[in-house]
Order: sequence, then C-alpha cells, then structure tokens
Amino acid sequence: MEKFKTLNAIAVPLPRDNVDTDIIYPGKYLTTIARTGLGEMAFETIRYRADGSPDPNCIFRQPPFDRAEILLTGHNFGCGSSREHAVWAIRDLGFRCIIAKSFGDTFYFNCLTNGLLAITLGEDEVDRLVSSAGDGKILVDLENQRVQGPDGEIYPFEMDGFQRDCLLKGLDAIDLTLQDEDLIAAFEAQQRAEQPWLYASPSRTTDPSQ
Amino acid sequence: MQASAPNTLYDKIWQAHVVAARGDACALLYIDRHLAHEVSTPQAFEALRLAGRGVRRPEASIGVPDHNVPTGDRSVPPAGAASARQIRLLEENCAEFAIEHIPLSDLRQGIVHIIGPELGLTQPGMTIVCGDSHTSTHGAFGALAFGIGTTEVEHVLATQTLVVRKAKSMRISIDGELPRGVTAKDMALSIISTIGAGGGVGHVIEYAGSAVRALSMEGRMTLSNMSVEAGARAGLIAPDETTFAYLKGRPKAPQGEQWEAAVQYWKGFASDDAARFDAEITLEAAAIQPLVTWGTSPEDAVPITGKVPDPKGISDPRKSRAVERALDYMGLAPDTPITDIYLDQIFIGSCTNSRIEDLRAASKIVKGRHVAKSIKRAMVVPGSGQVKRQAEEEGLDRIFIDAGFEWRQPGCSMCVALNEDKVPPGERCASTSNRNFVGRQGPGSRTHLVSPAMAAAAAIRGHFVDVRNWPNGS
Ligand code: SF4
Repeated sequence: MEKFKTLNAIAVPLPRDNVDTDIIYPGKYLTTIARTGLGEMAFETIRYRADGSPDPNCIFRQPPFDRAEILLTGHNFGCGSSREHAVWAIRDLGFRCIIAKSFGDTFYFNCLTNGLLAITLGEDEVDRLVSSAGDGKILVDLENQRVQGPDGEIYPFEMDGFQRDCLLKGLDAIDLTLQDEDLIAAFEAQQRAEQPWLYASPSRTTDPSQ
Repeated sequence: MQASAPNTLYDKIWQAHVVAARGDACALLYIDRHLAHEVSTPQAFEALRLAGRGVRRPEASIGVPDHNVPTGDRSVPPAGAASARQIRLLEENCAEFAIEHIPLSDLRQGIVHIIGPELGLTQPGMTIVCGDSHTSTHGAFGALAFGIGTTEVEHVLATQTLVVRKAKSMRISIDGELPRGVTAKDMALSIISTIGAGGGVGHVIEYAGSAVRALSMEGRMTLSNMSVEAGARAGLIAPDETTFAYLKGRPKAPQGEQWEAAVQYWKGFASDDAARFDAEITLEAAAIQPLVTWGTSPEDAVPITGKVPDPKGISDPRKSRAVERALDYMGLAPDTPITDIYLDQIFIGSCTNSRIEDLRAASKIVKGRHVAKSIKRAMVVPGSGQVKRQAEEEGLDRIFIDAGFEWRQPGCSMCVALNEDKVPPGERCASTSNRNFVGRQGPGSRTHLVSPAMAAAAAIRGHFVDVRNWPNGS
C-alpha cells in the first residue's frame, strides 16, 4: 500500500449529504473484474451529461478543481453498498484524501485499506473549508493529525492509532495479521473445544432435489 | 467471583471473537463464516493468487452466484459476457481453493442472505461477513454480521480474521402491536425516516421490544437487513425460541447431541438488563403506518396517507435543494398525495422481502384479482430455489401467474439491475427491495420502496393504495 504522510493539494467541494456508492460508482459497471481504470465511470451522473458526453460545467472538470486530490463533502459519504469499486474509482480519479462530516462505515474501512485517507471533521469546519476551497490548497498532515485550510486555519482530526500507523508506514494488513498465526491457531483450538459444532463435519450439504 | 460489568449482546459477541487487540478501538476478530458471491470476490481471489496465499479454512466459506444471474430461462447464458465471466470465475475460484460452491442449477441457489439462514449456516453468536452490505440480514439470529470490501474478503480468506473497529451501540425498542397491514418492512422504513439514512453511522443497532420479539424470523431478517440503510454497520436481535425453532433440523445447523449444547451456548447471547447503550431510540408499534418512499434515499419515506414534500416549505437550504433534486429525478410534483402516484413496474423480491412469508402476504392481496392494465411489468422473484419450490407447493405461483405477474428464477434481479431485469429510464417501480438510489434499478429508474403487500396492492390498482383498507378475502 502507498504510504501517506502529508498532502498539499486542491480540494473539490461536493457539499451534499448521503452521496451513496451508486453515485460514486454505478452498479451497472460492477461486472468488472479489474481494480484499475475505474475512474472513468466515477460520479457518472455528476461528471457526464445524459447523452454520455463529459459535462464541462461539472465542478470536477473546472479549474482549479480539475487538479483536485482532496474531496470535500457532507454527511454519510459512501453510504450504501460495500463495493470497494467506489474507492478504487475515486483513487483512479487522482484523489488521495476525502474530508467529510461523516462516512459510511464500510466505505471508510475500504478507503484505509487502499491508502486513501478519510478524515471526519465537524459540520462548521467542513462548511468553512468548502467556502474557501477555491482560494488555494489544503494541507493535510497525517502524522500530526491536522488539516490546514487555504486561509491558514488549523483543524485537528481524530483517527485510530493502528489505522494511522498502517497508512503512515504503508503496511499491508494481511501480512501483519499473518504474523499472528500462533494467536489465530490458539483461538481456533479453544473455540473448537468449546463449540465443536462449528467445526463439525461434513460441512458440505447436497442439492435436495437431486 | 467478581461480577463482570453489564454487557450488551454486541459486547458479548465481540469479546468472544477477539484474537488480539489493535490500537485504541480496533481488534483482530475471528470470523466464523464468510459468504462469497460473484461480484465482490474476483479481485480478492486474484490478489490471493498473486501474493501466493492460500485460504486458511475453506470450510468456513461458501460461494453462490446471485447478483448477476438470469432469472428467466436458465438454459441460456447470462446477459453479457462480463456477467457470465464473473459467475464462471466464482465457480473456478471456489474449486481452486476447495470452497463449497452452490451452482445455478442447484435447488439451494439463491440470494446469499436468503440461503445462509435457510441452510442453517447462520447461527447465534457467530461473526459472519460477506462482500455485500446487506450481510446485516443475518443479525436477525443474534450473529454479528456485516458487509466488507474486497480487500477485506482477501484478508478473511487468507487469515479467517479481520481488523474491525468497535462500533458504538444503539438500541431501538419497538413495543406494542403492529396494526393490521403493517409489516417489518414498515418498521424498518419508519426507523430510517426517524433517525435518517446516516442516523446509525458508527453504530451497531440492537432491536428490542415486544413488537420485535413478536416477529417471525422472516420479519426479523427484513428488519435487520435494512440496518445498513440507517447507516449502521450491523443489526442484532437476541436469539430466542423463535430463532431456535427456525434453525432446528436445517442441514448446516448443529445436529444430534450437539444441538442441545449449541442452544445452551446461544442462550447466553442477550444484553444484560443493566447494559448501557450509547444511544436509545423508542418507537410505538401501534403508530407505524404502511410507508412509501418518494425520493432517492431510504429515509425519504412517508405514510401512505401522506404527500410528497414541498421543498419550498423546508427552511434548511441544503435540505431543500436535496428534496428538489430528488423530486426532479423522481418526476414528482410537490404535495402530490402518495395514493395519486401511478406505477409502471412492480418488483417483489430482493434479500429484504423474497422469503416465503413475503410471497404469502403478497399472494393474499393478489388472489383472484388481476394486475392493472397500466402496469407494464410485474414480477415476483423468489429469494432462493427452496423458497420458490415451497411457494409452488402452496400454489402461490398460480395465484401470481393468473393475476398477470411473471414468476421468475431466484436472484437479486431488479433490486440491483445487474442482469436483464431493469426498470427502463423514466419508469416508476413499486419495489420491495431496500434501495431507491439514483439509477439503482437501472439508469433513470424511479424506485418507491414498500412492503410486499403494498407492492401487490399497487400492482392490482395501478397506483399506491392503503393495504389497511384492502377487502378481506378475494
Ligand atoms: S437482493 Fe439486492 S440488496 Fe440483496 S444482496 Fe442482492 S443486490 Fe444486494
């Protein structure tokens, strides 16, 4: 996973609540088996006109926001489906950080596993960043857990220490877990003794119509 | 012995699965069961192969295709090469990693959240994950069940664990008796319209109260299914005799002498009387009405006797704009009475409402009547092959077919429009599914979420009607 330390970038405002994963990555494209190149389909109903042509008036396409690497948005961003495609698509558009009033839970986790920093700030703080987004870059400092607006205003944010560490060091969560193999095996041994039915065989069943 | 602090049901399941602590609020949790479907897993298996990792406990996972599958003639390949490839890949990946796979031709095939409980795989006190947000359905059994992303699917396959952040707890208590014609679906919509689509963010909801206890397992699954539409990570209902009776004898439930031991163990999974919740909500069952959504978020629900809102009457400019946007997409004028909304399509199906009880409720409304002429298409999509067979044994298929409904093969179908079942652009659908998002049932589709009985009544009349006034019998 790509490390995240600091980011100094333009932020594009999308000041809406409940931007769901179907808006971020429409369901009809879920038949892909790829993880890359999904940005083209991202925010389709916002970035394209009904006839399928790119909408030049859309904020994502207007300077300076066409260079944005930070997304500024409202409550419950990424609600809905657990599709990681939504995160892959946002990453593919060049975003490294999302600042929202709140996030859909699964979406939040999917961001972190893909090195996309998801920051939760308060109602007024996000509103202030939204109104000054056109004035310049926003500085995101993960190590010190703070965001600095174009006007110099500083906004501290909270984050779980473990998740922050993984991002800062670009750690692969699966590799980390595999180091705890003995703990997992011990857990299984105890569970098997206490709840043998969870390990009972045969676990496979057959088609009752056959 | 010192008494331990009072715990919630959520705390108890959590504590029973901690393998190791991780940071301040996270833990490495053991995952008892993993469900795989064709859409969210190809990239996970591919990543496993690339990293040279194996599947730690293949017997703890099961694979079934549901999202893309054709619900018409199964002898023809699924619509589109991409869907066919995903379905084929699931089968190949399961075979390669020795995971049980239920193919399309199997009677047990169906929507993953319908078949888990049906097979007895879903059990109290378990942790269950799936690359799908409506994994919350399984919480109806008192299992901690939640949706995960594809990278997390890989994590579970490789390690049988997951790093999870402990959520806050919320208890929603619903006491009293539901009025006639009001269902678990209306309970769920009522909760979401009360606390908002983001009201449960960061929380695991426990449903309690006499109205919840009175629900069948089918109703409990409907309620728990929609927890995620309130933003919650998961929903939970403490297991009781209703739960045990449902599970007994199912093929993957504990058998023989292990059954009694399991039930004893499961009985420990209830919140202690003195347990404290981070948030408490109470609703009166008697006050819940049949609900219909008018907008593009599940929180946009009003009673059947209500009207579409007027954005001009909303003082918060952001909310007002959001309502305006939703009405524009939905093609609705402010203040339209809900009963004046005419439909083009009727969809009875999805993991929210495609179990036998749902089909029975809809068939009672439909029996001896015919779908209105103005309805272009009305379909019933049973949640699984076993639900379909049972309904056919009860003669429900004839009732629907005689009334002008299509009786289809099991799958997600028009809930997500990944197969050939789509609501055409601009058309309006009464749907028993769980999401009315922009484009959810197909590009430009307009979705109104309702209960099965309400969808059936709308099919007969052509517009929404109050099922509480529906004439008894046929
Ligand atoms: S029926 Fe709909 S909500 Fe349920 S799993 Fe399928 S696509 Fe998801």
